Amino acid sequence: MLNHNLKLNSKIFNDDVVLKSTREGFGEGLLDAAIENENVVGLTADLLESVKMNYFANKFPSRFIDVGIAEQNLASVASGMAAMGKIPFIASYAIFSPGRNWEQIRTTICYNNQPVKIIGSHAGLSVGPDGGSHQMLEDIGLTRVIPNMVVISPCDALEARKATIALSKTNHPTYLRCARNETPIITTIESNFQIGKSEIFFKPDTGLAQVGIIATGPILYNALMAAKKLDEMGIKVKVMNLSTIKPLDREAIILLAKETKNIVTIEDHQVSCGMGSAVAECLSEFYPTKITFMGIKNMFGQSGTPSELMKYYKIDTESIIETIEILFK
Amino acid sequence: MENLSEEKIKELKIKSNNIRISIIDMLYIANSGHTAGPLGMADVFTFLYFEALRHKPENPNWVDRDRVVLSNGHICPVLYATMAHAGYFKIDELKTLRKFGSRLQGHPHREFLSILETSSGPLGEGISQAVGMAIAAKIEKGMDKTIYCMTGDGELDEGQNWEALMLASKMKLDNLIIIVDRNFIQIDGSTETVMPLSDLASKFKSFNCNTIEINGHDFNEINNAINSAKKVKEMPSVIISGNTPGKGVIAWEWDYKWHGKVPNRDEMSKAIRGLEEINEKLK
Ligand SMILES: Cc1ncc(C[n+]2csc(CCOP(=O)(O)OP(=O)(O)O)c2C)c(N)n1
Ligand SMILES: [Mg+2]
Repeated sequence: MLNHNLKLNSKIFNDDVVLKSTREGFGEGLLDAAIENENVVGLTADLLESVKMNYFANKFPSRFIDVGIAEQNLASVASGMAAMGKIPFIASYAIFSPGRNWEQIRTTICYNNQPVKIIGSHAGLSVGPDGGSHQMLEDIGLTRVIPNMVVISPCDALEARKATIALSKTNHPTYLRCARNETPIITTIESNFQIGKSEIFFKPDTGLAQVGIIATGPILYNALMAAKKLDEMGIKVKVMNLSTIKPLDREAIILLAKETKNIVTIEDHQVSCGMGSAVAECLSEFYPTKITFMGIKNMFGQSGTPSELMKYYKIDTESIIETIEILFK
Repeated sequence: MENLSEEKIKELKIKSNNIRISIIDMLYIANSGHTAGPLGMADVFTFLYFEALRHKPENPNWVDRDRVVLSNGHICPVLYATMAHAGYFKIDELKTLRKFGSRLQGHPHREFLSILETSSGPLGEGISQAVGMAIAAKIEKGMDKTIYCMTGDGELDEGQNWEALMLASKMKLDNLIIIVDRNFIQIDGSTETVMPLSDLASKFKSFNCNTIEINGHDFNEINNAINSAKKVKEMPSVIISGNTPGKGVIAWEWDYKWHGKVPNRDEMSKAIRGLEEINEKLK
């Protein structure tokens, strides 16, 4: 059942669950943060509306800069502004930032430890018809590997909004991973969000869980849907929302591993360097546990609707159910 | 300067309008993608594939073919449609654009459609690849090949383009012809507001490029520009093709909103009817 202590959306399993994109949540959060703190500035690279920076830009035109289609410049200009005391939010598609400008992010932002907030929108397969060139499946790996960087991948628009506000108040370089398409609202305004803290969103009614699913980003919804089904089939599941990937909530992950002895990670990202890998690095050192990795396995994306792609790359609800059923056969 | 015959111009105009019809049709069916750029570049593509290029659609891997690099991958509907009309594949396949399993990916992907010279979508990387091809072609013996590279104007905001141009000049790549889709729009608005390119021609000239400015909807001007670019020695050429975004559908022309928007059913049928009428009059 859903963990009611967290005040999650009680309509989550209904067909009429409200949909909203995490990039939209970012856009709203940026406006909130900018109203609260006049040092917040926003920069984009010719993608103002796509990355939802328009709410902010309309309200604070003098604190907004469009650098043109130049993501490397975007990152380093932001570093310069941060050096002067600003809190720059830079937003583009994840494939270009932190994709194209990775070394500028490493050197001018992280090596200097400047509080630049990097918003990678349109991450994952959910970009759909644009195809593989635009489906960023390596960004969690690219960012979590850089010292000083914080990495957050919110599960819904509300969490994205809260995360945006939260990271405007920290001094760390941060990567916020957002998606293009509209996905179910899983949390509510009352749900707590704290950088670095995971939560168990789904748990058995009674007794211990036999498997712990760890998910990050909007794909958490698939994990919750699968958990409900598995629960009805008599398989006891816990589902963790791991929205902060770095710093990793080690304690909670180890606790889940100790209870279940059986971890399944799921992400809209390459398996080889993503959230599951971060979980594996933690568990293999502190509490070796069997892990099943669900995600993209050494392939590029391609054109299709998000649901066709989820199915093909086996990160849809059905695939999670199948994978876990096999574990218990 | 030699002018094309009236007959030839009429034939090219009809072809490019048919290509525009295919573009509108495929974007309507795909229900996502980019409209303004492809329509604006339809005349240039028509001239390239039906007049300028040395190529064999029936033998796409012919080693001595000219190469076409599409740096602004988002305008691929015009590339796909022109290639289909030129005989590379069936026109019917255009209907699969952006669908799961299609060879016609939302942005060109060479692993899906191997007759493409390269994959693109992420902007600003095409000129570098074309420079690489041009250098390789110079080293090789065999027939002289021309390497064509198409780029957007907003795309030129990317610094990599200018890194590539410096190398192209240094290497005296007279086998390289860059064609800029100078339509004055990018996603966030006019190029001159988002990131002013100002006097683009003098920028290219100062990078030691043979620079030619044309009206990209005038086949004589396209023809003369390509001919003179081919004659120039020891420097790369840049043709700045002044194009009307959305060309051919008056209601869409010059409106930057059509950069990444596709027509609904009504808009699609009106636009296609308009182009068919123009072709009727030409015949
Ligand atoms: C590196 C990179 N950054 C951003 C984008 C997103 N994008 C796609 S098209 C486009 C505008 C391109 O402008 P222009 O080259 O003038 O093409 P036009 O709009 O005229 O078709 C942008 C910013 C991209 N494809 N690649
Ligand atoms: Mg343009």
